[in-house]
Amino acid sequence: MADPMRIRAVSKDGVVNVKVLMSHEMETGQRKDASGKAVPAHFIQSVSATWQGKMVLSAQWGPAVSKNPFLEFNFKGGKAGEKISITWTDSKGDKRTDEATIN
Amino acid sequence: MPSIKLRVVLALSGFALACAAHAQQKDAAAPRKPAAQTKKAASAPKEAITAEFEKFREMMEEASPAELFEAKGEDLWKAKRGPKNTALDQCDLGLGPGVLKGAYVQMPRYFADADQVMDVERRIVHCMVTLQGFKAEDLARQPFSDESRTPDPVSLVTYVAGQSRGMKVAIPQKHPKEREAYEVGREIFNFRAGPWDFSCASCHGENGKRIRTQELPNLSSKEQAIRAFQGWPGYRMTGGLMHTLQWRMNDCFRQQRFPEPGYTSETIADLLTYMGVNANGHVYKGPGIKR
Repeated sequence: MADPMRIRAVSKDGVVNVKVLMSHEMETGQRKDASGKAVPAHFIQSVSATWQGKMVLSAQWGPAVSKNPFLEFNFKGGKAGEKISITWTDSKGDKRTDEATIN
Repeated sequence: MPSIKLRVVLALSGFALACAAHAQQKDAAAPRKPAAQTKKAASAPKEAITAEFEKFREMMEEASPAELFEAKGEDLWKAKRGPKNTALDQCDLGLGPGVLKGAYVQMPRYFADADQVMDVERRIVHCMVTLQGFKAEDLARQPFSDESRTPDPVSLVTYVAGQSRGMKVAIPQKHPKEREAYEVGREIFNFRAGPWDFSCASCHGENGKRIRTQELPNLSSKEQAIRAFQGWPGYRMTGGLMHTLQWRMNDCFRQQRFPEPGYTSETIADLLTYMGVNANGHVYKGPGIKR
């Protein structure tokens, strides 16, 4: 089970600013271990953000995204007290969803 | 597409080179400036580099993965663990059992129960041993983060440090042992030895020193000592590992080609007391991020 994300969402003038920190190895598949064997690729492939049952962000990621990635985005319409949920799926099929309340 | 972009960049750089050459010619033709002014100009690019790094650091601080380790540390702190199956809520970091707010910025300090001056990691390990029943030898075996794991004390230190975010460093010097730790720490800081006849002070005892583009703070001065405190525990972007001051001290010893100090040893507590007390009065910004 992957570690939880850290999500901060702040509403200002009708726009919600969302900052997400994800805990993930993001192995590219290009690195080799001490014995010379390639470290198998393992990275987040898709990320989505849902607010009030509506998808506000959908992204496809590849191995070029850093370890423990940080994502920041804005969307229109959210208000304080409402919930935003973020989901990622990685190349091994592991999934993680976390929710945060908009401030 | 990429080739067009590349060509544009090349064209631009050619333009910049031409400008630079022109500027140089103009400089040569101009009368010589007074020495003082030339010196000032020479230090300007260095300051610009530092300013750029500062901007970069500020940007990264906003998105520091150190927070992920704070969260992990919080879980570890509250979970019942170890052979005695207890949480760390009875661990006294100097302000009473379980009191975390402000504890980090007031350590190292003297603890009567252990009759020792302890820095935060030394104290946490002490709690893990006395309260939870972990074995000190096990914790000391592989105490630093590597690709395969982040040791529990590292996450715990990060969590505790986060509870002092925005607070002033106020490391006590009341107990005679605390004052002794400061004096011994200063001795260690200035002690030259090893195959390179090095000391901490060789790199960190004067203003304006640096390694490559990395500026080295003068840790013997009151103004700059905070830089040994600030940003630690820190997330290193190189490798994406979380490190504490125990690791930093250990690695400084290695760089000096000294024998490796013991994990959470008195030596390290003394050194951290010396540098920490020098930083007293500055505001601690919480766990940080390193290049």
